[in-house]
Amino acid sequence: MKRLLVLLTALAATLLTGCGYNDFQRLDEQSKAAWSEVLNQYQRRADLVPNIVATVKGEASFEQETLTKVVEARAKATSMQVTPATLNDPQAFAKFQQAQGELSGALSRLMVVAERYPTLQANQGFRDLRVTLEGTENRITVARNRYIQSVQEYNVLARSFPSNLTAMAFSYTPKPSFTVQNEAQITTPPAVDFSASKP
Amino acid sequence: MAVSLIWRALAAIVFIASFLEQARAETPQSVPALTAHVIDQTGTLDARQQQALEQQLAALEQTHGSQVVVLMVPTTAPEDIASYANRVANTWKIGRRTVGDGVLVVVAKNDRKMRLEVAKALEGAIPDIAAARIIDSAMKPRFREGDFSGGLQAAVSQIQALIAGEALPKPSDASKAPDHDSAFDWGELAIFLFLGVALGGPLARGLLGNAPGSLLAGGLAGVAAYFATTSVVLSVFAGLAALIYTLATAASSRAASSRGHGGGWGGGNGGGWSSGSSDSGGFSSGGGGDFGGGGASGDW
Repeated sequence: MKRLLVLLTALAATLLTGCGYNDFQRLDEQSKAAWSEVLNQYQRRADLVPNIVATVKGEASFEQETLTKVVEARAKATSMQVTPATLNDPQAFAKFQQAQGELSGALSRLMVVAERYPTLQANQGFRDLRVTLEGTENRITVARNRYIQSVQEYNVLARSFPSNLTAMAFSYTPKPSFTVQNEAQITTPPAVDFSASKP
Repeated sequence: MAVSLIWRALAAIVFIASFLEQARAETPQSVPALTAHVIDQTGTLDARQQQALEQQLAALEQTHGSQVVVLMVPTTAPEDIASYANRVANTWKIGRRTVGDGVLVVVAKNDRKMRLEVAKALEGAIPDIAAARIIDSAMKPRFREGDFSGGLQAAVSQIQALIAGEALPKPSDASKAPDHDSAFDWGELAIFLFLGVALGGPLARGLLGNAPGSLLAGGLAGVAAYFATTSVVLSVFAGLAALIYTLATAASSRAASSRGHGGGWGGGNGGGWSSGSSDSGGFSSGGGGDFGGGGASGDW
């Protein structure tokens, strides 16, 4: 009787470790932590935008359109409610990603336009902000990269045998990952034409 | 017929070769082996300059404990310098294991670009703005004149000044951990606790009687687990598990008068993951640096 009990316990333990239940929990938490870091860095960028806008506004003749676009994109990105459920909802995830992508685009346009204002370029405060923004973008890239890796690990576990049976039993679905919105645009090489811009 | 076949085969070989060549050009640069504080793949620094820089960096590590490594490569293509530096830094994991304080200085000579990659633990001491200032004030003007050694030395002394202002653990405290680690990993012996309990438990019971023998086995297992894991909770668990196991085998062996069956849960599986083994002489990475993209880039 006792021996049977021991055998059963051993069997249950090996089954539990074999089916990957614990791995699911570990990878789930890991990807959640990676996601929090992504959000953290996006937040850091959103917090930076008002400073950049304030500094650029000091430049009297600065293009208003570029500025308002940045402000609008930031408002849109920060107004999105991001809950842990966002992670398991591909549609909400895509929307969040699009909002952040718009802010990225608006900010990089702002920085390109700022190149044309020498007084702004000479402003130490603006240069520091520019460095901080650059560092934040780098951190976002790293955080996104780590999230992609953790999701990949999780998804491989969720789809390979025999752990996919566990995933089915507990209804764990593969998590969404980052993609680019304009894939077709990126894969076509840009057309460069110098003939028109002759002085 | 045969000739055209040969021509076709040759064409195929050329095609495949050109394809491979293209593929090779697009694969990212490999991460060089971490052999010293200064790794110069471009041959820019002469032996004396390299020696001086190496001494400066070794002294920095001795006084503050932080690991600063200088890497000079011809180019980082096809990646940009930020992602290349981050990849190298996260592969090397420079910085003490317990603190994670490391800085990687990358100079891509032909790209005319440089980057300071700062580990998360030092992002407070060297914020991005400070890193950009170091690049602008120390490196850029000297690099323009071709004085790479002087630029790097100036940058390192500025980094050192910033690190000195940060309240980091003393190098003597943290240096014990790698020593202990490289000498012998006691955690890996934890597996023998299973055997020890399975064999020693019944033996102690036979020699001393049921209750004292079980207590001794449990106590010894607990002490062993404490030395292996340095965790009181884990060692108490291990001791209890050994005690219960020995008592249980006593009960079952009395009941069935047979040999005790193997396979007790002997707790104490103290995490002995030792990444970045440090058996090479001289310099090696502490293995604790986590690089999240902090730092700054510049060009000259």
